[in-house]
Amino acid sequence: MTTHSLPVRTETPARTPVEKPARGGRRLLRPGAGRQHHAGPLAYVLLVVMAVLSIFPLYWTMVAASTDNTRVSQTPPPFLPGPNLFSNLARAWDEAAMGKAMVNSLIVAGVIALSTVMFATLAGFAFAKLRFKGRNVLLMLVIGTMMVPPQLGVVPLFMMMSELGWSQQLPAVIFPTLVSAVGVFFMRQYLSEALPDELVEAGRVDGAHSLRIFWSIVLPIARPAMAVLFMITFVHAWNDFFWPFVVLDMTNPTVPVALTQLSAGYVRDQSLIMAGALLGTLPLLAMFIVFGRQIVSGIMAGAVKG
Amino acid sequence: MATSTTKALTGEEPPGTTGDGNTPRRRGALLHRLDVKGAPYAFVAPFFVVFAAFSFYPLVYTSWISLHDVELATLDVMEWVAFDNYVELWGDSRFWNALQNTITIGVISTVPQLMMALGLAHLLNYRMRASLFFRVASLVPYATSVAAAALVFTMIFERDFGMINWALGSVGIDPVDWEADKWPAQAAISTIVIWRWTGYNALLYLAAMQAIPAERYEAASLDGASRWKQFTHVTVPGIRSTIVFTIVLSTIGATQLFGEPLIFGQGPNGVTGGADNQYQTLGLLLYEEGWKNYQMGRSATVAWAMFMLLVLAFVAQHLIKRLRSRTS
Repeated sequence: MTTHSLPVRTETPARTPVEKPARGGRRLLRPGAGRQHHAGPLAYVLLVVMAVLSIFPLYWTMVAASTDNTRVSQTPPPFLPGPNLFSNLARAWDEAAMGKAMVNSLIVAGVIALSTVMFATLAGFAFAKLRFKGRNVLLMLVIGTMMVPPQLGVVPLFMMMSELGWSQQLPAVIFPTLVSAVGVFFMRQYLSEALPDELVEAGRVDGAHSLRIFWSIVLPIARPAMAVLFMITFVHAWNDFFWPFVVLDMTNPTVPVALTQLSAGYVRDQSLIMAGALLGTLPLLAMFIVFGRQIVSGIMAGAVKG
Repeated sequence: MATSTTKALTGEEPPGTTGDGNTPRRRGALLHRLDVKGAPYAFVAPFFVVFAAFSFYPLVYTSWISLHDVELATLDVMEWVAFDNYVELWGDSRFWNALQNTITIGVISTVPQLMMALGLAHLLNYRMRASLFFRVASLVPYATSVAAAALVFTMIFERDFGMINWALGSVGIDPVDWEADKWPAQAAISTIVIWRWTGYNALLYLAAMQAIPAERYEAASLDGASRWKQFTHVTVPGIRSTIVFTIVLSTIGATQLFGEPLIFGQGPNGVTGGADNQYQTLGLLLYEEGWKNYQMGRSATVAWAMFMLLVLAFVAQHLIKRLRSRTS
């Protein structure tokens, strides 16, 4: 019986990828893989420098947003927060149309993230676990579309939107980004590992149709990856700049579009500009603070291409 | 066999096993076959429909529009002009200027960015305290929109009271005009790009590094390879496909650069990329032609030029790779 102890051992790692995702997205990375030297003092110093460089511009945004215009434009520049943070934020909300922009961005990013997750999970499931003619060709097509920068089609897209009567309307921003190739690929990679073939087979044998299988078997397993994809898509949609800038105007902007107005010269109050920038970034920062672990693991999981 | 009883109960057997002429059962089998054959296509259809309508069709139609004169105010009036737009663009010094700026900003933002990302990934790969904090911290710029980042850096690079010039002044260096002078402006814009994307790329590299089998490092250290040798001979080759992936992504991003140069300094009126177009990119030129000069046909022509630049960049990268592999 001693020879049989080996197969038993190999079973354990095979099961972990299924159970791991339950907390914090997909963990492709098994502990022990790669180099695992302990960090020396120099590594810590460099990392702290990198962290400071990453965070400082945002910290300084907050500092500038909490002072007033004259203090911001003095040398040396202020390094500590002043007393005006909330009054400046309130002014940015009202005067600089940031309030409307925040609501618009919430709608746009929310709808885009929801539909991206839904369609990516459907397509990802099909590509990962269903057999159909042309599957590989279609998957290559999906990957190929990642290489096409959306900016190139902007002129016809603009004409299309004005024909549809959607110029300056949120649907013009929402519809073109309802799906994402990266999302489809991400869900496919996740489901081909996390969803056991036997579960799908068992569903079939029980007579469940494909949508039923999707609903009761795939969705519960895909949920952690869906949450991560939702957040990453939300970030991208919230920050998307070029197309919203082209098709929306200042009467109905998203956050990045409204921010351009802040620098346009109507407002030359620097602390107000910074308050607007801070306000537009706060929702995403809050998300990163709460779900940082999941977002990090999601980006890393999407990186390992197979 | 529990499975066979459930099969019999629901009356839905796999196709090919329905022997008798029981109608509901046969219809069930037909539906089942339709479902198995059709559902995958239905599941992938939404992606392809939306992509075809809002990405592929516009992309193709761009080339058609570029052969016409179209004014922004009268989008439905298209006048055929054949290749006039291309001829004019070829003779337009603003185009060559924008092309040059796009390439130089692309290089000085992408190369340091990816090298720093590689270094940061190496650091993050150490076993250490607070590793999650450092990872999230390096992702913070990624959560900041182009617009917000460009606004902040505009102030940091401000000529009279900006922090950078203040810091330079404190070590005795004369203030730099980061907006009006060509190379400082391009460097400042590249800084915004580098700041936003270094951490993201570092996490991609980190993920790939952690997938390198530990045995390779053990073998290398048995051969007496130093840490640096291990980095260049095990780590970098081990994440080569990810490096290629990030180069492709950054190249695409660099050819499309728009928000950073637009907002840096000037806001929505900054489509000229500075008073002397000193940092106007192709993305800005595309917007200026279409939405400031109202010439949609010429705008579409710039879009095609951007596409060609992208194709050329990939061909060049491919050639360099082949040359290098031949020499080594």
